[in-house]
Amino acid sequence: MDELRYEAPETLDAAVALLAGADGDARILAGGTDVLVLLHCDMIEPDLLIDIKKIPELTGIAEEDGGFRVGAAVSAMELVEHDAFPKAWPGVVEGVKLIGSIQIKGRATMGGNVCNASPAADSVPALIAAGAIGTIVGPDGRRDVPVEDIATAPGQTSLGKGEILVSFLFPPRPPHSGDAYRRFTPRTEMDIAVVGVGISLTLDDGGTCTAARVVLGAVAARALLVADAAAVLIGTPLDEAALERLAAVASAACRPIDDKRGTKEFRIKVAGVLARRVAQDAYERARGN
Amino acid sequence: MAKSHVTTTVNGDEYEFLCDTEQTLLDILRDELLLTGTKEGCATGDCGACSVMLDGCLVCACLVLGVEAAGKSIETVEGLAHGDELHPLQQKFLEHNGAQCGICTPGMLIAAKALLEVEPDPSETEIRYWLAGNLCRCTGYDKIIRAVMAAAEEMREVRS
Ligand SMILES: Cc1cc2nc3c(=O)[nH]c(=O)nc-3n(C[C@H](O)[C@H](O)[C@H](O)COP(=O)(O)OP(=O)(O)OC[C@H]3O[C@@H](n4cnc5c(N)ncnc54)[C@H](O)[C@@H]3O)c2cc1C
Ligand code: FES
Ligand code: FES
Repeated sequence: MDELRYEAPETLDAAVALLAGADGDARILAGGTDVLVLLHCDMIEPDLLIDIKKIPELTGIAEEDGGFRVGAAVSAMELVEHDAFPKAWPGVVEGVKLIGSIQIKGRATMGGNVCNASPAADSVPALIAAGAIGTIVGPDGRRDVPVEDIATAPGQTSLGKGEILVSFLFPPRPPHSGDAYRRFTPRTEMDIAVVGVGISLTLDDGGTCTAARVVLGAVAARALLVADAAAVLIGTPLDEAALERLAAVASAACRPIDDKRGTKEFRIKVAGVLARRVAQDAYERARGN
Repeated sequence: MAKSHVTTTVNGDEYEFLCDTEQTLLDILRDELLLTGTKEGCATGDCGACSVMLDGCLVCACLVLGVEAAGKSIETVEGLAHGDELHPLQQKFLEHNGAQCGICTPGMLIAAKALLEVEPDPSETEIRYWLAGNLCRCTGYDKIIRAVMAAAEEMREVRS
């Protein structure tokens, strides 16, 4: 076996050049909580690891255009402990907080969570619900894509050769907006989502929903942005009838698999129940600001 | 390709080592620096036996590469006691039988210390959640939780 090279470039251009110019299997190393597990278990045999944690664009959290720009390689712990971000996007932080133990959160990143492309990734439904935009840089320049267009199937993304996810842009929040994420797991900590739901809502002054994004995780090959589920909430004050319809539409949108954590039937049922609860969490938050 | 030459600080002392990319910080600590206090349970981030502080952040040493430790400051269980004087957490683990086989203990101690640095007065629930990434096959956890609570109390008294 050839020796595994390690590079830690300090600029984005250098990282793209390394990634695009590599002959064999070159991998990005962010927090390494997925990559190093795969490496240890001999499930990947890369020739080059490109550590992106020394690149300024990937490691900062800044306010931008009334919203936030968060580097793809910011650690989960740093995001959770940030003074302003968790107040603006509590649902995204709920998702990020569920990524493994304190130790794992010290290393894990949202960029890695998205690009690892697990259907059960905990930050992804909340990121999509938030309307976060991923900024991607590669040999052909820069492009912006909604987070829902990054993971395409388990372990697969739409990133081309040499492309790096640099940061996430979170839009400014209109008044009376709130988001939330919950997952169902048999254990309360250190487990993988059987179902995850992220919802972001905006209300008018009277408490009627004017905008919604509803996202289901772990019930299909990738997280599902369910427009029909948002539609049943818009124009309502999230009364019993609306929540009832939300649950039915969310369950109907699921295309899950059976596995040791849950059967198809169970996942479909739980998706509806969780969607209701998460919508209520998001609604309470939206009313409070 | 030649091995990487890395300089790092462990428990305040500077160390230099040569390493292959595949070697984790855990491999380096144990096999190259012979600091075997830090344990390996799973090598995949699940058990927390390898918990260390990396620039003030609690991490699993099995999920950090040796080369990533360049220029960083690492704290391991070897740095807890001052000579013969045990850290209050170590003392309370002894008194409350918080260690049986002892494999999880160094990681538990480092993780608990990290908690008490951010929260000197944690509730039992907070301790249980914080230590969720540290598995113990022996004690049933309760003795560990009691030990951490007792150490927290003592450390608060010393401080005030
Ligand atoms: C014990 C344990 C528990 C866990 N629990 C959870 C959990 O509860 N929920 C959950 O969602 N996940 C969990 N995970 C999985 C993992 O921690 C997350 O997916 C994490 O967010 C990955 O981030 P990372 O920075 O460590 O990624 P890495 O391992 O560095 O990278 C992951 C993948 O993405 C690629 N990549 C990383 N960053 C970029 C980028 N900026 N641009 C392009 N490609 C990139 C890498 O090449 C690699 O293929 C757990 C992992 C462990 C070991
Ligand atoms: S050995 Fe690192 S978490 Fe188990
Ligand atoms: S004392 Fe044996 S694993 Fe904890």
